[in-house]
Amino acid sequence: MNLNALWEYANPLKFMRTTERVLPYVTALAVVFFVGGLVWGFFFTPDDYRQGSTVKIFYIHVPAAMMAINIWAMMLITSLVWIVRRHHVSALAARAAAPIGATMTLIALITGAIWGQPMWGTWWAWDPRLTSFLILFLFYLGYMALWAAIENDDTAADLTSVLCLVGSVFAILSRYAVNFWNQGLHQGASLSLDKEENVADVFWYPALVCIAGFMLLFVALVIIRTNTEIRARRMRALLARERLGA
Amino acid sequence: MIALLTRDLRLAIRAGGGFGLGLAFFLIVVVLVPFGVGPETGLLAKIAPGILWLGALLACLLSLDRIFALDWEDGSLDLLATSPLPMEGIVTIKALAHWITTGLPLVLATPLFGLLLSLPSGAYGPMILSLLIGTPALSVIGTFGAALTVGLKRGGLLLSLLVLPLYVPTLIFGAEMARRAAEGLDGTTPALMLAGISFGAMALLPFASAAVLRINLR
Repeated sequence: MNLNALWEYANPLKFMRTTERVLPYVTALAVVFFVGGLVWGFFFTPDDYRQGSTVKIFYIHVPAAMMAINIWAMMLITSLVWIVRRHHVSALAARAAAPIGATMTLIALITGAIWGQPMWGTWWAWDPRLTSFLILFLFYLGYMALWAAIENDDTAADLTSVLCLVGSVFAILSRYAVNFWNQGLHQGASLSLDKEENVADVFWYPALVCIAGFMLLFVALVIIRTNTEIRARRMRALLARERLGA
Repeated sequence: MIALLTRDLRLAIRAGGGFGLGLAFFLIVVVLVPFGVGPETGLLAKIAPGILWLGALLACLLSLDRIFALDWEDGSLDLLATSPLPMEGIVTIKALAHWITTGLPLVLATPLFGLLLSLPSGAYGPMILSLLIGTPALSVIGTFGAALTVGLKRGGLLLSLLVLPLYVPTLIFGAEMARRAAEGLDGTTPALMLAGISFGAMALLPFASAAVLRINLR
């Protein structure tokens, strides 16, 4: 495969044309997987024998938590692409992804709290996983605030990219630091591929569908937000040109 | 480089340079805590390491926006950027000057403040040591944040939002080292981790700060 062909999509026009063409399909698939996974999970799986029906929040909690981390990773990659190759679409995609990532983090925290109240008897505990998610949320907030604070678009893209790189290192450091700092209440990974203690298959398959739904939803949202931002920039450029001409 | 350092130090010590402001803030935090949680000696002794670390961290944060702001306003930062000194060197010197004017006084004042918070007597050494190892990291990380926000009009609040999450690992290991000492446990592991973070930040972050500063001066 010729990897260089990939860079053609860094052209905003080509990016917009292609993404607009696939957007309806992605959106439709996102709706199908999202609704399908949630309905399957909520109505067609048995209650857990210990947790009762509270276990069903798992179908929102786990995909949201996964996406919270994946979106940061995606922002890291697009930031690197911006720094190295200076494609504007890349920086804009990172910017478009950040609020979605912050929302996913918040969803994971809130659904976790709602589940934790009946199960652990508390809304919040300073458990390593919970704490590192809260820290991740703060990183998202700082990243978005920096984007919003700087007027020049290229400067903002540069600075936020460096912040994303440095932030990633410190986010990983914090992840292991909090492990050291406090013992956990949270159970281990529920979906890792090589573990015996994974959830049973009845819960596994609808959860996979939900994860696919969340991912597709994210892709659709990023496409919409990136294209909106490209159009907004064009409009600003046009307006500026008009003002100069008049 | 030494000329730059002495210039920064002199500017900081002069009236209006903000020297000692961090120290006064640290003192106020330490004085306010007993009002908030009650004067019970046992409780104070238990939370003293954490309070001292938090106070040091906040005092550090308070003085961060001064690192570049004044030089940015009067244009000397542009002059420095065109000087033969590499930007990485400038950033390192700035961080060092910040540490000498903020971090070091905090470390030196810690025994006194520990007294106010009835820190257990065995914990003084490790407490001071943890701050001595940890505050350079606070200065270097803070310099990165200050470089990020240097051109902004109201960068102060944004600066804290950006820098505080970056302070998390330093705070965890630093406070843990002091807390273990206060409880009579062995604090070697957190001490080594803290030193690792501190040295790692000192070695790598100046490059990021310099890159960011170059972007801001463009």
